[in-house]
Amino acid sequence: MSKPVVATASLAGCFGCHMSLLDIDDRILTLIDLVEFNKSPIDDIKTFTKQCDIGIIEGGCCNSENVENLRNFRKNCKILISLGECAIMGGLPAMRNGIPIKDCLEEAYLNSPTVDDKIIPNDDELPMILDRVYPCHEIVKIDYFLPGCPPRADLIWQALVALLEGKPLDLPYEVVKFD
Amino acid sequence: MGKNLVTIVTASVAKYRKNKALLLDIIRDVQSELGCVSDEAIVQIAKSLGISRVDVEGVVTFYHFFSKNPVGKYSVYLNNSVTAQMNGRAAVAKAFSNAAGCAFGKTTGDGVIGLFDTSCIGMNDQEPAAIINGVVFTKLTADRAKTIVADMKAGRAVQDMVQEYGDGANQSALIKAMVSNNIQRRGPVLFAPFEAGSAIKAAVEKKPEDVIEEIKISNLRGRGGAGFPTGMKWDFCRKAEGKKHYVVCNADEGEPGTFKDRVILTEIPQMLFEGMAVGGYAVGAEEGILYLRAEYMYLKKYLEDVLEKMRKNKILGKNIAGKKGFNFDIRIQMGAGAYVCGEESALIESAEGKRGEPRNRPPFPVQSGYLGYPTTVNNVETFCAASRIMREGGKWFKAMGTAQSAGTKLLSVSGDCKKPGIYEIEFGTTVQTLLEMVEGRTAKAIQIGGPSGTCVGKNDFGKRICYDDLATGGSMIVIGPDRDVLEIVKNFMEFFVEESCGWCVPCRAGNQILLNKLEKIMEGHGAESDLADLESWCKIVKSMSRCGLGQTSPNPIATTLKNFRDVYEAKIRKGVDFVPQFNLASAVEESCKAAGRKPNLHGEH
Repeated sequence: MSKPVVATASLAGCFGCHMSLLDIDDRILTLIDLVEFNKSPIDDIKTFTKQCDIGIIEGGCCNSENVENLRNFRKNCKILISLGECAIMGGLPAMRNGIPIKDCLEEAYLNSPTVDDKIIPNDDELPMILDRVYPCHEIVKIDYFLPGCPPRADLIWQALVALLEGKPLDLPYEVVKFD
Repeated sequence: MGKNLVTIVTASVAKYRKNKALLLDIIRDVQSELGCVSDEAIVQIAKSLGISRVDVEGVVTFYHFFSKNPVGKYSVYLNNSVTAQMNGRAAVAKAFSNAAGCAFGKTTGDGVIGLFDTSCIGMNDQEPAAIINGVVFTKLTADRAKTIVADMKAGRAVQDMVQEYGDGANQSALIKAMVSNNIQRRGPVLFAPFEAGSAIKAAVEKKPEDVIEEIKISNLRGRGGAGFPTGMKWDFCRKAEGKKHYVVCNADEGEPGTFKDRVILTEIPQMLFEGMAVGGYAVGAEEGILYLRAEYMYLKKYLEDVLEKMRKNKILGKNIAGKKGFNFDIRIQMGAGAYVCGEESALIESAEGKRGEPRNRPPFPVQSGYLGYPTTVNNVETFCAASRIMREGGKWFKAMGTAQSAGTKLLSVSGDCKKPGIYEIEFGTTVQTLLEMVEGRTAKAIQIGGPSGTCVGKNDFGKRICYDDLATGGSMIVIGPDRDVLEIVKNFMEFFVEESCGWCVPCRAGNQILLNKLEKIMEGHGAESDLADLESWCKIVKSMSRCGLGQTSPNPIATTLKNFRDVYEAKIRKGVDFVPQFNLASAVEESCKAAGRKPNLHGEH
């Protein structure tokens, strides 16, 4: 039987959840025995080359590229997991959600004391900024949520192993942390 | 202006003897003099009272009727309860807006008129209604709104705009309100004749312990809706240690659709105040506080006058009713617009001049209440019932109603019926009987106990109104056959989002999430999974919230999901796993406009 295929992405996140994934230490060798990685910053595969079994998403959606990326993951992955606070709730980037996007852009590109060229970036190639930061499950269907900022390595490991082996998830209270 | 502000603040702080527990009164005075409570005024109040700026600002921003920005020489607060909407609020709001030339939530450029939405003001039987500078206007129409705006522009005094007065004491020189009592059914407890002084005289003939015993025999339970046994509460309070004890009357009926206390306060205030004195005698208190909701400001002068007369007649004051050593007096504490202050610990916080945020319990108010002293907080109607029980005895009272729910209940009926108003009914009356009484036979549903209560459909019209079947604080909103149930639920959820005090996350965020989900479904973006989601969010908010607000706020959704599931099912996309509400085009519109670029939406629809 071929190995299950895993893809990962970091949207509007800080890569902390990916660092936490690497924090499973030497179990990463076991993980590589268990699964094959496809599109992911871990192996630097940029585009999907096949249909995947599990997609792991870090970060919410703050721009149109995030949205496109996330929808692409949904299309190419049987199971999609929101990993960490930002994917689940928007996280720190969502702190801008109470402020109109126009004000945010003006503060960043026009009024900030360190700004030289006073222009809000408008090149057609740039992703378009969303009015607020959205959690992933408001854009596509998400199957599982792993909380934490970042989720602990043990949580990610145990969740993945349970999923791969089709066993019920055994998560002791100490492993699940919300911050 | 600067000096003027200092003078005004200093005078107001001096008027309330630098008592920071009276901060709400100080702020109200400052606001009425200056039109708002600016940052400068906040700093000045804080300085004069020797408290922090944040303490004052926290209070100013907590209550609906306080504002940091100018609210206009005339501030119109138009009720947005569901009954107002049923009775044509939209047209009235539009007329106000067009005539004044300003949107709701704003003040006209010349600062003359401010238009604001406000939660239920206790006039559900005569909607649409508004409060303008403390004066109540009922049964508004678009035409009436236009003439009111013209009067405001002409600078007329608000009281002069009231064209005719309502019935009963509403006509008294001290009220002069166009409010009607609408008493449709008088019962033996509240609206039977009551001889002034008779309750307190009967009480002081007994020992305080025996007064409590009599209340226990009567099986009187709290009329606010929760139904805690009054005798037991008084007993706890009496036995709690403290240098002083307090009696507080909760006259903050804010549950949309409730207006029974308004009528009690207008027509039988003496019975209420005597009930408070009876409570004071029973628990050993010398001070009572009537916490009156800001919306009933128009009754304040009248109530003060009633209290003054009672003092003259020695029913309040020292050695009351000839009982040596029994001293008791009552002061009125005005609220400032906050539904959550109906929760007893939040009410106490507010009466102490703070933000009306509920306290952690224990300790319960009977152990540590107003200013930390043992305090019994009871509903307006409960005190009236206590007065009657002093006269007629506990057994007489217990003989009425059902085994668990003794006596009568005052109901405020509004909505789709021919005879809205006040009904004193015996506990145990069925919904069907009530609907016949109020001439609302065609109803497809009735909202019992307001938004925080239950929405029941025809299948349950045989149920009985009492604590052990359908409990209610008195609000009864009849929902006619043509009403959109989901629109009503949405109005209720908007109310809870507005009124959540924001202290705990499950209530602050949870109610917003529930409202968003509901809107998603109403807009046709609902999948089957959304109904299950709604149900689990209801459970989370109910079980995790800190006070009664969040513990009941999911009820509009939870009870209609149970009793009117078909209206949700009709909006859901069948056989679809997931439907996003997200729309890329509208999500990027604003930022693209700010950046001056054209949205690139290939393949989006």
